[in-house]
Amino acid sequence: MTKIIYIEHNGQKHEIEVANGLTVMEGAVQNNIPGIDADCGGGMSCATCHIYVKEDWYPKLQNKEPGEDDMLDQAFEPKANSRLSCQVTVSDELNGLVVHLPEKQV
Amino acid sequence: MIKTDALIIGAGPTGLFCAHQLGIIGLKCEIVDNLDKIGGQCIELYPDKPIYDIPAIPECTGEELTNNLIEQIKPFNINFHLSDRVQEIQKENENWIVKTFKGKEFLTPNIVIAGGVGSFEPRKLPTKSADKFDGKTVLYSIKDKTIFKDKSVVIFGGGDSALDWAIELSKSSKVTLIHRRDEFRGAQSSVDKVKELQKNNKLEIFTKYSIKDVKGNGKLESVEIKDDDGNSKLISADYVLGFFGLIMQLGPILDWGLNIDKKTIPVNTETFETNKQGIFAIGDICTYPGKLKLILSGFHEGALAARGCFKYARPDEKLRFEFTTTSKAVQNRLGLKND
Repeated sequence: MTKIIYIEHNGQKHEIEVANGLTVMEGAVQNNIPGIDADCGGGMSCATCHIYVKEDWYPKLQNKEPGEDDMLDQAFEPKANSRLSCQVTVSDELNGLVVHLPEKQV
Repeated sequence: MIKTDALIIGAGPTGLFCAHQLGIIGLKCEIVDNLDKIGGQCIELYPDKPIYDIPAIPECTGEELTNNLIEQIKPFNINFHLSDRVQEIQKENENWIVKTFKGKEFLTPNIVIAGGVGSFEPRKLPTKSADKFDGKTVLYSIKDKTIFKDKSVVIFGGGDSALDWAIELSKSSKVTLIHRRDEFRGAQSSVDKVKELQKNNKLEIFTKYSIKDVKGNGKLESVEIKDDDGNSKLISADYVLGFFGLIMQLGPILDWGLNIDKKTIPVNTETFETNKQGIFAIGDICTYPGKLKLILSGFHEGALAARGCFKYARPDEKLRFEFTTTSKAVQNRLGLKND
């Protein structure tokens, strides 16, 4: 299990133990964290699991697959540290990862 | 008013196969979809992506799957009502009266919601100030391009829609194209064309900028854009066009008194009926213990929902279970010759 810290747009913080191998999106959905919609269910085709990764964590994540940036173009207020949480797989190296949730997904 | 045994909302794979199953048991149906084409997410989100988990089909694309389903339901001559959306439903005795956005009316004992994760709508500009110009000078689709002649048009987006309209409108409008990063995801030929137009001063491009504000008192005057460091720029504009792709929204379905659980509709797994009599939900939009959001589950759900529709469409008849391989009645419905 790996600790992932989800921070909602209103500041509400959720520290969740997520099983390795799940995505950051699945960790949020399975634990009913508001602010991650994941309409397409992890298919990288909807941009409604958009997160902002805390700056010092951003370079430590796996690189983006081709296509992720194309979807992020369509996200609500994407920034330089934006990711799709369905594309970030949880592993020991991400213990303590902090992700901020956008004001809304659509 | 169109009378039918069942109205299906959603022309994705689940809705299409449910139509097939209704046809097999001798019921008529009509299908409404908000998109301008048949196929739902398969055709809108991943027409070219291969799918590997359709039983007995090792590999097919979203488009191929859709085309095969269309072929499979051909014998039933089903009417499609595309680019339209079901807006209102009302119970009248044993039937539902269904009204669409475009003003069509249906009378049917059964409504089958196969709406995926909702209807596709254009994603809008994030700034609230854009709302008051929405549909007038802030637009997300173009119906009449002549309105832009000799006007200043600011286009947001990096995909094909944004690039194609930037190229087209640059012929007779002052176009500014704005995109949040350096790379465009549209076709390379369009990217090259846009850059050439920029070189020849036929249009302006600002990359690594996003929208900050839409300004104007009553009438749209300008848009303010910002870069990652917070530096902003003001660009005069008569029109703003946003091409940020599509989002999926449940829309009017939320107002029909159905139980809703996290954007999905709970159903019983015997007939896939919702808490409302004669309203069924199948595919990604329904939920029940063990629900898998797979196309194959949608097929199964559609087959059972079709049987659920039968008792309301033919209250005085008993449904006989028949195989397509052996039943003459079913084969007649499929338009096959029996000799």
